[in-house]
Amino acid sequence: MITLALYIWLLPLLAFTIQIFLGKRLPRKGDWVSVSAIGISFALSLILFIRMLSNYSPDFQVTASVPWINIGQFKIDMGIYIDNFAIVMLMVVTTVSFLVHVYSIGYMAGDPLYNRFFAYLSLFSFSMLGLVLFDNLFGIFVMWELVGICSYLLIGYYFEKDSAANAGKKAFITNRIGDFGFLLGLLVVFTAIGSFNLSDVYQGVAQGKLSGGLLTAAGILLFCGAIGKSAQFPLHVWLPDAMEGPTPVSALIHAATMVAAGVYLVARISFMLSFDAMLVVAYIGGFTALFAATIAITQNDIKRVLAYSTISQLGYMIMAMGVGAYSAGFFHLVTHAMFKAGLFLGSGSVIHAMHHAMEKTNVHEDPNDIRLMGGFKNKMPATYITFLVFTLAISGIPFFSGFLSKDAILGGTLAFAMSQSNPVHYLLPFFGFTAAIITAFYMFRVVIKTFYGEPKRPDLYEHIHESPKVMTVPLMVLASLSIFIFYTLPSFNPISAEQGWYEQLIEKPASAVSAQLGYPVLEISEQIEHSAHVNGMMISILFALTGIALAFLFYFWKKVDVEALTEKIKPLYTLSYHKYFFDELYNATVVKGLLAWNNLLAWFDSNVIDGIVNGSAFIMRHFSSFTGKFDLGFIDGLVNAVGDLTQDVGQSVRKIQTGQVQYYILGALAGLVLIIVTVLI
Amino acid sequence: MGLLSLVTFIPVFGALIVLLIPRQNEKAVKIVSAVITFIPFVLATYMWGQFNYTMSGINNEAQFQFVQHFKWIPAYNIEYFIGVDGLSFPMVWLTTLLSFLAIIASWNINKAVKGYFALFLLLETGMLGVFVSLDFFLFYIFWEVMLLPMYFLIGIWGGPRREYAAIKFFLYTLLGSVLMLIVMLALYFNVKDPVTGGHTFNMLLMMDQSNHSGWLLGVDVRLWLYILLFIGFAIKVPIFPFHTWLPDAHVEAPTAISVILAGILLKMGTYGLFRLSYPIFPDVAVKTAYMLAVLGVINILYGAFVAMAQKDLKKMVAYSSVSHMGFVLLGMSTFTDAGMNGALFQMFSHGMITAMLFLLVGVIYDRAHHREIDGFGGLAVKMPIFAGVATLAFFAALGLPGMTGFIAEVMVFIGTFSVYRTLTILAVLGIIVTASYILWTVQRVFLGKLNPKYENISEISGRELFTLVPLGILVILFGIYPIPILNLFRASMTHLINLIP
Repeated sequence: MITLALYIWLLPLLAFTIQIFLGKRLPRKGDWVSVSAIGISFALSLILFIRMLSNYSPDFQVTASVPWINIGQFKIDMGIYIDNFAIVMLMVVTTVSFLVHVYSIGYMAGDPLYNRFFAYLSLFSFSMLGLVLFDNLFGIFVMWELVGICSYLLIGYYFEKDSAANAGKKAFITNRIGDFGFLLGLLVVFTAIGSFNLSDVYQGVAQGKLSGGLLTAAGILLFCGAIGKSAQFPLHVWLPDAMEGPTPVSALIHAATMVAAGVYLVARISFMLSFDAMLVVAYIGGFTALFAATIAITQNDIKRVLAYSTISQLGYMIMAMGVGAYSAGFFHLVTHAMFKAGLFLGSGSVIHAMHHAMEKTNVHEDPNDIRLMGGFKNKMPATYITFLVFTLAISGIPFFSGFLSKDAILGGTLAFAMSQSNPVHYLLPFFGFTAAIITAFYMFRVVIKTFYGEPKRPDLYEHIHESPKVMTVPLMVLASLSIFIFYTLPSFNPISAEQGWYEQLIEKPASAVSAQLGYPVLEISEQIEHSAHVNGMMISILFALTGIALAFLFYFWKKVDVEALTEKIKPLYTLSYHKYFFDELYNATVVKGLLAWNNLLAWFDSNVIDGIVNGSAFIMRHFSSFTGKFDLGFIDGLVNAVGDLTQDVGQSVRKIQTGQVQYYILGALAGLVLIIVTVLI
Repeated sequence: MGLLSLVTFIPVFGALIVLLIPRQNEKAVKIVSAVITFIPFVLATYMWGQFNYTMSGINNEAQFQFVQHFKWIPAYNIEYFIGVDGLSFPMVWLTTLLSFLAIIASWNINKAVKGYFALFLLLETGMLGVFVSLDFFLFYIFWEVMLLPMYFLIGIWGGPRREYAAIKFFLYTLLGSVLMLIVMLALYFNVKDPVTGGHTFNMLLMMDQSNHSGWLLGVDVRLWLYILLFIGFAIKVPIFPFHTWLPDAHVEAPTAISVILAGILLKMGTYGLFRLSYPIFPDVAVKTAYMLAVLGVINILYGAFVAMAQKDLKKMVAYSSVSHMGFVLLGMSTFTDAGMNGALFQMFSHGMITAMLFLLVGVIYDRAHHREIDGFGGLAVKMPIFAGVATLAFFAALGLPGMTGFIAEVMVFIGTFSVYRTLTILAVLGIIVTASYILWTVQRVFLGKLNPKYENISEISGRELFTLVPLGILVILFGIYPIPILNLFRASMTHLINLIP
């Protein structure tokens, strides 16, 4: 099993190595190398997955490790840890990655750096799979940084565009801010427990080696990494800009897998989150879910709407982790990976067609702008139908996967609020439910503006064509994976996954914190859980339908004059349209501040510190010139008499001082040789 | 003649051979120099194969390897005493490697070729000598032997302000030497060889506190001597505020000399602290450790901030060295396994990474004839291979996992966090600033629209790649699997930590 996992992990690395060095010279620029590597990884993951289903045990796990660094008291082992959770994640990563690889054959066709694109995709797959498989926080951190670099390289793939280069840099630096916390969290854990291995950390926390405020701090610090990677408020600013990357990349990295790594991390460390840390996680997630959704409403770039939607959905997952609905959050990660990758690939199909039409008509406008679309459903039926399926899934309509997982999260959040004595915590379900209406609304806004109604630009519309099979087939696969049945089997219940394999096999890990006495522990009774879920389900279906109905009222039947409404709520509209001015705020404070501070220090360095150095040299020079004159006038007079005597000697010695370097070298060498010779004799 | 002496003195014999070659035959001068510098590298690699990882060295002669020890100037008990341990051997190996690569990188030198290569070879012997000497007097001589060629190499083959830079370098370093000389003499007259009863320059005997005279055991005396010696080494590292010679020297020095300067010479400062200051004054080292850690953090942050403000690419890299050397100081101030080994690993790692960066700056300067960061743009379009290698080196410098810089930094952080929590948090902040200035630089030089001035710029040549690729491979190899290097350090570092009270 470990060998199998190693193959799954390392095959994409092999493909990367081949691609980066030989890709250009291979037939078809080597796309088949990357595609088949991830294809095999996918097939092998499927074997693992089938084994997991045949075992059907929630406690299944395999682990193996080897010593890596071992000096004195400083030891790190590296190993692989496979449990149901990791296997499901492997399935998600390899499935989406494989489909995106296939799709890219069509989408990236004709790109001058075609082979490099596939090389980066392979490197990313390797790093992401490693992140899933490692049994220790250090290994996870290493892979965490590597996926970040892949993201940087792929966002800046069209590096000749300044906006792309800026976006890549912004993504990496913003993530580094989160990683600052992650790294400190690692240091706290290692200092207290002496190991990065997750099971050692579990033992350590359970034994109370790390407790109290420090435990809370460690949890929050590690969570900072997730805030960066999963683009949670206030580090969310990089993800929308990351849409500068090619669309398949947005689907794979910035929707389905890498950004979900933050959720994965929180799930992996959930056993060590104290109650306070969990509250922080829950509130950051819940707030982000609502906050990002309110921005998505007003955006006109189809990919940006999806980007904010991703931030919002990640917020849901994070909130679920915070309220202890661990399996629900991870469930949403899985279903979201499928339908959001589908949404991005679908939007890619639309953009591809727009791009093509613009080239034909020689129009130079933004192919991502939904204001230029409309009526595409007749021209691109496959893209349309699959896009609709994904939209229904994300809106949380029964019979689709998103309903199951989102409902689980909302129910879990409601249960949490009901179990707490402090009514303030009802804010969390409020965030969740409000975001649910908005999600359904803005997603259908996109669907209506893109696929329904009259074409806004008949000139472009004429040249719109369905994308090739290599692009639509992955869409169909993802669309079918957004149907409830894949998650509820062996049961066929469309509104509850409780009897399905997922809920049976993925269990909430025991908290190590509860083993430490004296800390508040989250406990939710069966009864509350049940009533929350029933109520939650009713509300969420109602809200989703409301959101969809509103979208149709606004944009399809046009019963509401959107322009007039926009005018009426102008300040709110402006805030949302400009993303609450966070980019501007960060630019004016952090970026400008840092640059000014740097310049100040550089000025200090060259004027004050170097000034002192040069100043003392200046003083010395003048002092010596003064002493020189004193020397010449007074002392030299006395010495001159003696000088005459030595002049003859001086004349002969002067010949050595020729000012020619080679004589100096020869002198120095001769001296050294003299030393050596004396040594040897 | 012992293997270690061969490694040390082959370059200087090579210098003699070079001086015998007729002036017109520049090609022969270069080829002979390349061959000559390659031999010590091969020998050092062979020594690595023979190296016994369990022998600790530091203060015990029996635990040193490849030792040669005999009287040299008996009247003053000056000895020819050389040997290596886990502290010095990695530096010796790195020196032989970088010297060879730097010779290859010097291929386009065409002014007074003979002089340049002869001086360079003399410089290599000086550097190797510093790392292998176990007699303070010998150490001091090699230290000075190294200084002189460096002065000429910057002052003659350097850029427009070479004379200012060379003099500044020379005077600054000379100040350091003088301080070291004072300490050396103070130690000489106050340490007794227990066998002969005479004064001694033997470092290992100086490390044994029972050989110290009453005067030398005085608290104030020890502190002052430690501080004098420390400033001597601090100038070399360079530690804030003694660092301003470095950017000037780097900007003016020819490429290969910058490589040696940053790759090897800077490490001599921290090497000196490890080799002399710590074992001879362990008690003072412990007392002043916190100050060292503070200076380390200042170096890390100050260097990074100032680097970000630089407009000259080479100056930017120079300040990044100031920042990265801070990790060495921070790590060595902890006396923990992770911190001390991490510091040593950072010396090794930074030697390779910064060498790559200076080589890359050289490549670009040879084509564009300027180093204004803002004066490039979009070079990745025309020089994809160069951009690839450069990105790799820059990522290594920002501490990307999978490369040596990351291992070193994380080890330092782990070692430090248990000792100085607040300082570590500040130091970790440095990784954000570092990422910022490095990615910003990469963007301004390589990304965006191609600057039309460089429409015809040529891709990196085979020779230039030859200098970069070995370092790139090592940075990745030891970044994924650092054990071969850590194994070299381990016994010596464990022993050194045990010496500290």
